[in-house]
Amino acid sequence: MAAGVGKSLKERVFHAMCLVATYGCVVILLALVASIFWEASGWLDWQFLTSRPSHDPEKAGVLVPLIGSLWIIGITTLVAVPMGIGAAVYLEEYLSDSLWKSIVQINISNLAGVPSIVYGLLGLVLFVRLMHFGRSILAASLTLALVILPIIIIATQEALRAVPPSIRHASFALGATRWQTVRHQVLPAAMPGIMTGVILSMARALGEAAPLIIVGGVGTMSYTPTSVYHKFMALPTAIYNWSSRPQAEFANVAAAGIVVLLVFLVILNAAAVTIRYRFGKRTQW
Amino acid sequence: MSSVAKTTALPPALPDHAGLGRWGRIRESLIHWILFTCGVLSVLTTVGIVLVLIIESIPFFAHVSLWEFLTSTNWAPTVRPQHFGALPLINGTALVAIGSGILALPIGLGTAVYLSEYATPWTRAIIKPMLEILAGIPSVVYGYFAIIFFSPIIRWVFPGTKVFNAASACLVVSVMVLPMVISLSEDVLRGVPRALRDAAYALGANKFDVTTRVVVPAAMSGIMASFLLAISRAIGETMAVTLAAGANPRMTLNPLESIQTMTAAIVQIASGDTPANSPEYRTIFAVGLALFVMTLGINIAAQWILARTRQKYE
Repeated sequence: MAAGVGKSLKERVFHAMCLVATYGCVVILLALVASIFWEASGWLDWQFLTSRPSHDPEKAGVLVPLIGSLWIIGITTLVAVPMGIGAAVYLEEYLSDSLWKSIVQINISNLAGVPSIVYGLLGLVLFVRLMHFGRSILAASLTLALVILPIIIIATQEALRAVPPSIRHASFALGATRWQTVRHQVLPAAMPGIMTGVILSMARALGEAAPLIIVGGVGTMSYTPTSVYHKFMALPTAIYNWSSRPQAEFANVAAAGIVVLLVFLVILNAAAVTIRYRFGKRTQW
Repeated sequence: MSSVAKTTALPPALPDHAGLGRWGRIRESLIHWILFTCGVLSVLTTVGIVLVLIIESIPFFAHVSLWEFLTSTNWAPTVRPQHFGALPLINGTALVAIGSGILALPIGLGTAVYLSEYATPWTRAIIKPMLEILAGIPSVVYGYFAIIFFSPIIRWVFPGTKVFNAASACLVVSVMVLPMVISLSEDVLRGVPRALRDAAYALGANKFDVTTRVVVPAAMSGIMASFLLAISRAIGETMAVTLAAGANPRMTLNPLESIQTMTAAIVQIASGDTPANSPEYRTIFAVGLALFVMTLGINIAAQWILARTRQKYE
């Protein structure tokens, strides 16, 4: 600030408004967590974790959607991660700048902005009907894999770009082929960044409800799925189902379900932060 | 060296498989093709989305004229007589998108300015993770939060309002898009070159003047892009508005009324027991197509602005 000029009233007001906006975000976050835990208190118990769906809120449990979500997140990850990393490696390590590369690149950033419910419509036609998977875990997982694919590709690309070109040149100079360079030098160096992106995309898939409703509906079922061709319930769709019921007690059931979902998200995010923190320091180029 | 450092890929002229045996050559080209397939898959996803939406919408538009779909103000696909006017849904979506934009844009810009120009590293270290947590909370959780937190507040301030209303949807969607607005706006604010700030200080301006008359105007196009992306997110937002805004498609600009958005209409029909080949079921593809076109258009505009901004100071 220029010497001798005190803070004007205008500046003070502006500063205060910025401050309020900033800490408003923190207040909202605290209100969200507090209100959900308040609604869930007394409802989140062992009975809730081990019971099947019920029309009686006192007996309703989260077991079936919980198992369903674990199935879906597992298969989604298995499908989307190799595909996503493969596409990113292709873009960053194999393609030189060309029209084709910019087409693929623009396409990926646009895919990242497509509303997830639109992916649900694609999954409904492609996986449920054309491929005859039905309203199954498999159809839901493949749909979610398409939702998180752009996220994994973009995160992996950033991790690959952070590996300095000199590493590649040294490897090529020693006679390594392109794949040997990618596999033994570039991918290991980029792995912490890739893993962080993968885990965050898993968190995204775990909380995604809209495509699952389009693909699988919001109906309840009483058995836990044991095959990818079985019907499914998932945590976010169960939460939607409970939240939209008229009985007040189901609001508490929904809150308990949300706490279970948030616990999984916290675990995933903690894993991502740990990886970023532990490996981020070690690799200083 | 600088020209080499720009691209990480090998120069195309370099022989890729030199000195390898027959199997080595096969392996290298096999892997190349596998990776190529992964890359092509993302393009095929876009093609698939466009094809599915168009092909599934064609039978619908054979039944309902495009003119009725785009101009009629009555949306009642599941009751007889059926009406397929999408305007009330577009109205609902626009109400939520603009309402949440009006709330999120000034708050987001204020926070971004604070984080970029005023905040101490310590404050940033607290706020940034908080914003990441806000960004990571699932949409359905926000929908629930709108019902149990925002809706009672609105009903307390404006007695007589229904439980499900557009205002609580606007509030909750603004919270959802805030992290994106803040992080994109902060990036462009921090990208404004130091020299511009220094020049303004040298002319005797104080911090307030530098911020509001130099830094923010210089970053304006990037800020606009982040606003556009926020609007696009709000248009595509599904679970929170489905839970919070209600299921009453109607033409209104009053945020205290219960409305229905395009996304909520898709969820309502897809989760009900509508027969799969009926015109009312096919509305989900027609509405989905409209949704896809709107968000894609806004996203492309935003990316075009962002790309231009990046060039400006490089």
